[in-house]
Amino acid sequence: MTPDEVLDCLGQRCPLPVIALARALPGLPVGGLLRVLADDPAAASDIPAWCRLRGQEFVGASRTDEGAPAFDVRRTG
Amino acid sequence: MAQPALAYLDAASAAPLHPAARTVIESLLGDAWVDPAKLYAPARRERLLLDRSREAVAAIVGARTEEVAFVASGTEACHLGVTGVLAGRRRAGGTFVHSTIEHSAVLHAAQAHEAAGGTTVPVPVDRLGNVDVEAFAKAVGGGGVAAAALISASHEVGTVQDVASAAAACADARVPLIVDAAQSLGHADVPAGWSVLTGSARKWGGPAGVGLLVVRSGVRYEPPRLPAAEPSLMLVAAAAAALIAAHDAAAAEDARLRPLVDRIRATVAATVPDVEIVGDAEKRLPHLVTFSCLYVDGEALLHGLDRAGFAVSSGSSCTSDTLRPSHVLEAMGVLSHGNVRVSLHRETTEADVDRFLAVLPDLVARLREEAGVTGL
Repeated sequence: MTPDEVLDCLGQRCPLPVIALARALPGLPVGGLLRVLADDPAAASDIPAWCRLRGQEFVGASRTDEGAPAFDVRRTG
Repeated sequence: MAQPALAYLDAASAAPLHPAARTVIESLLGDAWVDPAKLYAPARRERLLLDRSREAVAAIVGARTEEVAFVASGTEACHLGVTGVLAGRRRAGGTFVHSTIEHSAVLHAAQAHEAAGGTTVPVPVDRLGNVDVEAFAKAVGGGGVAAAALISASHEVGTVQDVASAAAACADARVPLIVDAAQSLGHADVPAGWSVLTGSARKWGGPAGVGLLVVRSGVRYEPPRLPAAEPSLMLVAAAAAALIAAHDAAAAEDARLRPLVDRIRATVAATVPDVEIVGDAEKRLPHLVTFSCLYVDGEALLHGLDRAGFAVSSGSSCTSDTLRPSHVLEAMGVLSHGNVRVSLHRETTEADVDRFLAVLPDLVARLREEAGVTGL
């Protein structure tokens, strides 16, 4: 799945990746896919939790070719 | 401005020493240096006191005196309990079933079991922290299971587990059930059906340095080759006195603290925007609550609360020495950053709770403003 935008939050400590996600997602069209790269250990559970709290769609987690953790979020509204 | 007196609200880590425990320590301090293993009268008196302590604790947990042992900490009790049963039951199988929200002491024992070639089956919990009892039953009935573990109530979120159903499933499958009751003992009853029960004295107002390990007769338990150290008589007797006192007061304390936690849950939800109050609102320990504040740095929140005169705990990764978020919050799929855990005790007053609730919203608002996330 190719994201519309990639947000590099590697090296950022929680809650910065989630804050960055919250700032960036409204900039995408509804239906748009944002990929957040985050190696903060809390990101794996906090990004899905944020999606649930904000009614956005958590699409899934993966790794980039370089092995960085990636989290895909689709804007629902 | 004068620094407000500290309100200690972290009983789930350690509760203030109960006056009954202090009295025992003070009375024994001059005499309890004697080695209880010797033949002479002072040693025999110590052993008698140790036996009485074991008897008293046994009566409270519903065990026989000889099934009760005291070890150096709650963590050690978990390590010994899990390791000892897995070793004793190795002919039955190499699988260890456990919930995903066990105390880290149980999870570390599980990791050690895996490292030694064993298998572990982690059983998930729902959003409120209730273990999936059907999955638990299925797992213990799967054959080749040496032991299963289910915490009596979560030390992080307070959700009381369905130990009775887990115990029934274990009985059907003839698998011993290990129950870490550290957060329940002295506060709430633990359902029967466990094969091994563990506890930690300082969580019930006893002194630090005493763990409880109860192993039912007939459970295939293999003690460590080199025996674990026993805590001093003075600490054991104090721990027993504190448990008796806590147990006697448990119903009254429940009636007193449960509404205060209800008030915290309702008020925080009403006065702090974007907060996730975690754990089962009804099926919970009387004295514990945790919540996560969106976009707030947990460490900054704890420091702010400390400056305001509140000692609380957190499941956020930035406040942990492992720099990982609480595995319990992760397992529940709830927000882990900006997390605060509040746990009340015998000395907590309504005024302490009200002051905490008055301070929190402005503190969170200020931290959000400083981070530039107000209205995000």
